[in-house]
Amino acid sequence: MENVRARVRVPREAAAGETVEIKTLINHPMESGHRRDGDGNLVPRSIINRFTCEFNGEVVMDVAMQPSISTNPYFEFFAVVPESGTFTFTWYDDDGDVYTETKDIAVS
Amino acid sequence: MQISRRDTLLMGLGAAVAAAIPVRAAANADAAIEAFTGGAQAGAEGITLIAPEIAENGNNVPVSVEAPGAEVITIFTTANPEATVGTFSFGPLSGVQLASTRIRLAETQDVIAIAKMADGSFLRASQEVKVTIGGCGG
Repeated sequence: MENVRARVRVPREAAAGETVEIKTLINHPMESGHRRDGDGNLVPRSIINRFTCEFNGEVVMDVAMQPSISTNPYFEFFAVVPESGTFTFTWYDDDGDVYTETKDIAVS
Repeated sequence: MQISRRDTLLMGLGAAVAAAIPVRAAANADAAIEAFTGGAQAGAEGITLIAPEIAENGNNVPVSVEAPGAEVITIFTTANPEATVGTFSFGPLSGVQLASTRIRLAETQDVIAIAKMADGSFLRASQEVKVTIGGCGG
């Protein structure tokens, strides 16, 4: 899907071993497959079905998403940062597209 | 076998009626939960589910669930067309086993969160959310 834009909020810096809050938002219609258009025809399902967050290759969170997740999926969760590194956020679309976003964090 | 015009009409009618009967969603949720827990009993201590008592807009209902020590938390609904909303798997770097998101609710119903703990036990929390305008485009 085109024009999908992800936004992620991660602190720029943290202390070693600190737990940091992460917020993610991605714009996507999350068409449930249960909605009908003006002519009464079912609109086919088209959603993001999986979201993952990794830090330096280690899993923080892996979400299996169903059509009951709202339009523009939003997630808020927490991660432990043992050292400086990069968060990688990945969203998997039903249509095969994959959207990624990365954020660096400096750990002192 | 000869299929008469009347039979064809009747079959069409039957199919239309079958399609119109709403899926019995509560049974749906029970089945989905059983598939997740394997029928195990779930405790109630150590899991917190935060959802509004009244949601004006069922398209966008904030839900937050926390269960310290959980490996996986799944959110279910009792009256949505699909019972399972999402499954959160916490990795080794998840700081707190807490997740917040926004979900759709087709009508007034229970939101149920079930956590699978590291020792294989399950915790369950539920809350009824009254929905003024349903989501899912119904």
